[in-house]
Amino acid sequence: MLSGQLARMACLRHQMAMDDPDLYRYLPWRNRPKLVWPGGKPIAVWIAPNLEMYEIDPPAHPRRKSWSRPHPDVVAYSHRDYGNRVGHWRMADAMSEFGFPGSVSLSVALCQHHPQIVADAAARGWEFFSHGIYNTRYAYDMSADQERAIIRDSIDTVRAATGHDIRGWLAPALTHTVNTFDLIAEAGLDYTCDLYHTDQPTLIATPNGPLTAIPYSLEVNDHYGFFIYNMSPREYADALIRQYERLAQEGEAGGTVMCIPLHAYLIGQPHRIGPFREVLRHIAQDGRAWIARAGDIVDAYRAQVLE
Amino acid sequence: MTVDQNYLRYPRRRPGYDHDLYAWSDMHRRPPIGWPGGKALAIWPCIVAEFFPLTPTDTPFRAPGHMQTAFPDYRHYTARDYGNRVGLYRLLDAFEKRGIKVSVAINVAVAERYPALLAAILNGGHEIVAHSTDMNGTIDGSVSADAEAAIISDTRARWASIGQAPAGWLSIARSQSFRTADLLLQHGFTWMADWPNDDLPYRFANGIINLPLNHELSDRQIINVTQASADSYCQQIDDAAAWLADERGRMLPLQLTPYIIALPYRIGAFEALLDRLVARGDCWFATGGAIIDAAQAASVTGL
Repeated sequence: MLSGQLARMACLRHQMAMDDPDLYRYLPWRNRPKLVWPGGKPIAVWIAPNLEMYEIDPPAHPRRKSWSRPHPDVVAYSHRDYGNRVGHWRMADAMSEFGFPGSVSLSVALCQHHPQIVADAAARGWEFFSHGIYNTRYAYDMSADQERAIIRDSIDTVRAATGHDIRGWLAPALTHTVNTFDLIAEAGLDYTCDLYHTDQPTLIATPNGPLTAIPYSLEVNDHYGFFIYNMSPREYADALIRQYERLAQEGEAGGTVMCIPLHAYLIGQPHRIGPFREVLRHIAQDGRAWIARAGDIVDAYRAQVLE
Repeated sequence: MTVDQNYLRYPRRRPGYDHDLYAWSDMHRRPPIGWPGGKALAIWPCIVAEFFPLTPTDTPFRAPGHMQTAFPDYRHYTARDYGNRVGLYRLLDAFEKRGIKVSVAINVAVAERYPALLAAILNGGHEIVAHSTDMNGTIDGSVSADAEAAIISDTRARWASIGQAPAGWLSIARSQSFRTADLLLQHGFTWMADWPNDDLPYRFANGIINLPLNHELSDRQIINVTQASADSYCQQIDDAAAWLADERGRMLPLQLTPYIIALPYRIGAFEALLDRLVARGDCWFATGGAIIDAAQAASVTGL
């Protein structure tokens, strides 16, 4: 009798997990937390350059193909490579010119393959979080120990390359397991960029203490702008300014976060970097933005919501 | 089920690339190229001239722009043919009126089928770039070594039989196998345009030069793939030219598809773009071969 009830309850919990990942509680935008950013700013703006490494001939993962064409997928591969030969410095120089530090979504194998790029980012005072080992290695179906191994590899690799400890995670090529958040908290990381449910930070409970979900963005990610929505460079720049203006306005009633996720192979193209640079000028000169790194935003948030 | 433990091993995690095709290099640290006349920017117009057989072979894949309906696809066959009958001449007129020599990446089948078109290109002083046999002559990593070698050697032999020996090669859809760079070199090609990973020419490990023909700036990508207007295309090229000229010593490739950019309602915008680029005064318009020659004369690292 009792075991039957327990079995039914376990079944129910399993069904709930299949329908709702139970990551956070529902919280309406009306009456949201009255966050205020340093200096009384209504909006925190951060830039997340994805410094990625793609393998030309990666092993197959049963759940996802790395390249749509037989290897070598010349155009897709060399498009990504353009970011690491040409685009990175255009993107980084535009950011530095207007005082935007990067919070780097890093394929940590870039530390071995092209340490010059990682060193350039570190020299600019940028922060690093892990985006997996390669953008061609996916976490789907990994055991907890396998996922622990890529988290440990990430921490050790970035520490060896830069002397810094990573604090955050953006799952490799956005591939997750149900264990991901528990395991990154277990390893001592304190923020995730993987959840897109709101324009404010959120606390995510784990058995290993709370993580902060910081708003990253799919919708104003340059990848979505150019690959999904086929925006022209000037249309994308306009989308970023509209996103900024709206979130700055709404931030008066409770601080907001705007992230601009970038890929140097896209935004660093010669027809795109000029219009993008004008967006940075606009935000930097507007005065309402707290321009910060992800870790700074997480700290300012936690100081307001955790005793 | 968990992933195989080998999935967490990275045998080619090392300095440089995980392949030996070419070496890594930060473009911004290479010595700047001084283009002829002290111009800031080299502009490389590269027109493609394509013959789409009415029956696609799909070996190994169907080229962009190929037939789409059930046989016989007269709609796409003739719409593509428009490029070779009309559009290409509009483009040649636009360039020749402004004294510009261009590259034409041309299927050898087009040259064989339309001698008048080949004569117009050659008489205008333009450059021939080999572009496989016809639009069924595709290559990728799934093609056998023999089949790939046959496409490249057949292209070479057929050009020779009409008295031409192009030095440059463009694969259909820029699609190569791991063997292609070696095969091109073996068949007498000194440069190729398939790898869009740089804004300057550089040398592969085997010695062949890659002259990057940026697919992002092609009329096909901007107008057909992203569905932009001709005016938006021209705005994007204006913006690219301004940025690259400001960096100095860069190249702006313009891949032009006659049946796309040279339609009556688009060609006027393109001609106006050419006028603006000429009026900048800091652009050197050149063929692919001339750009490589100038880069080599400037002793660019790796060339």
